[in-house]
Amino acid sequence: MRWDFASVFDNTDALLVGAAGTLRIFAICLVLGLSLGLLVGLGRYSRNRWIHIPATIFVEFFRNTPVLVQILWFYFALPILLPFQISPLAAASLGISLNSAAFSAEIYRGGIQSIETGQWDGARALGMRWGQAMRRIILPQALKRMLPALTNRAIEIFKMSTLASAVAYVELLQQGKLIASLNYNPIEAYTAVAVIFFVFLWPLVQFSYFLERRLKRDE
Amino acid sequence: MTILNVTGLTKRFGATDVLRGIDLDVQRGERIAILGASGSGKSTLLRCLNFMERPGGGTIALDGQVLGREGKAGERVYREAELIQVRQRVGMVFQQFNLFPHMTAIGNVMEGLRTVRGMPKPEAEARARKELARVGLAEKAETYPAHLSGGQKQRVAIARALAMDPEMLLFDEPTSALDPELVGEVLNVILALAKEGRTMLLVTHELGFAYHVATRVIFLADGAIHEQGTPDEVLKNPKKERTRAFLASHKQFSF
Ligand SMILES: Nc1ncnc2c1ncn2[C@@H]1O[C@H](COP(=O)(O)OP(=O)(O)OP(=O)(O)O)[C@@H](O)[C@H]1O
Ligand SMILES: [Mg+2]
Repeated sequence: MRWDFASVFDNTDALLVGAAGTLRIFAICLVLGLSLGLLVGLGRYSRNRWIHIPATIFVEFFRNTPVLVQILWFYFALPILLPFQISPLAAASLGISLNSAAFSAEIYRGGIQSIETGQWDGARALGMRWGQAMRRIILPQALKRMLPALTNRAIEIFKMSTLASAVAYVELLQQGKLIASLNYNPIEAYTAVAVIFFVFLWPLVQFSYFLERRLKRDE
Repeated sequence: MTILNVTGLTKRFGATDVLRGIDLDVQRGERIAILGASGSGKSTLLRCLNFMERPGGGTIALDGQVLGREGKAGERVYREAELIQVRQRVGMVFQQFNLFPHMTAIGNVMEGLRTVRGMPKPEAEARARKELARVGLAEKAETYPAHLSGGQKQRVAIARALAMDPEMLLFDEPTSALDPELVGEVLNVILALAKEGRTMLLVTHELGFAYHVATRVIFLADGAIHEQGTPDEVLKNPKKERTRAFLASHKQFSF
């Protein structure tokens, strides 16, 4: 067989639009997922069971259902239950963000618990409130330890963004599908999509290796 | 003048009674050394005094004001806001220093002033420099704890506590985690504070230091005050058998 990348290059515009869509949903889910994850992680750490129990249910629910099912549910089922339409971007962002929140909540919880109790003692002995101790003393140290795991989460989010194609959100994979079906060149189209993902992700993964090495050296 | 009044203080962890009714009056300017075997409840006592641990029973009064209020079942209920005030008035220094590793020495000393007191940065920084100078570490202001010796870390921790202007200081074995050659520099800082007439409670195994610096010595056993008196009374002429045995075991290899 002959490789025919010309038909892919002819569609560079479409791929650029797809890349922009991928980056957009990645940014949204990264910010929403990791910040919501912090809230849920703190909730799981709380001694108040009215906070602790819902946070735990949230984590268990979203960790134990496939993201793709969540996205399809938000897109097709939610509008039937609630009186409004939901865009592909919103449905996919919800699914990926909530899933990432559930996984990163566990990272935050583990990171916070890894800080020695002496740090809490030092902070509280100065008269700090729980929130002040958390913000000024515990989190800055915990975040440093969590950085490699959070970077891995970011990589996962980037890859999960392809699931948005299931609801026809315009991102790289969706554009690849489109090009493949219009030009009958699935091999070249999907190869191109894979290469573009690699180009985005490789530096991110290298960065996570770098962080892990750095952290080991500090210890 | 009484600064601290403790009556019938109890504390239990699970099934173990760690403190079994401590009665203690501390006068302003007193320096009390607390001795006792491992597990006798020395740390727990100190931690109850600034409410790092909630007391199980009994009352604690600071400056004549009984803390907390009576709950439904006769227990004492404490508001977090009140305890935060108390912790600022009663400073604490830990065996393991508990410095914040992500902040420089001066950052550590400023932290309480900035975050708890809301003091503007220039003012807090000036104050922190003064406290660091007092413990002889002015030139280490910008150094991170990881690059300080154990003795220097503990002096920073003392400066951090002093910056909050505490009316009373609690030291929990401040030199026990130090290499022997670093103990002296920390004890000297504590001695200087003693000479200023500060009120302090000091858990220590440094009997010689306790003898020279304390105004009163308390021997704790099984969560109760077993014997107390002047350093001469308790350290030189202990009346109780257990006190004698404790001192003997500590002096076994002295010369
Ligand atoms: N947070 C806690 N939870 C459960 N048990 C505790 C806790 N803190 C202390 N204890 C127990 O209470 C007892 C007294 O402990 P404490 O630390 O007050 O003793 P200590 O006199 O300071 O001993 P050391 O000289 O070893 O520091 C010990 O049996 C200890 O195991
Ligand atoms: Mg102790």
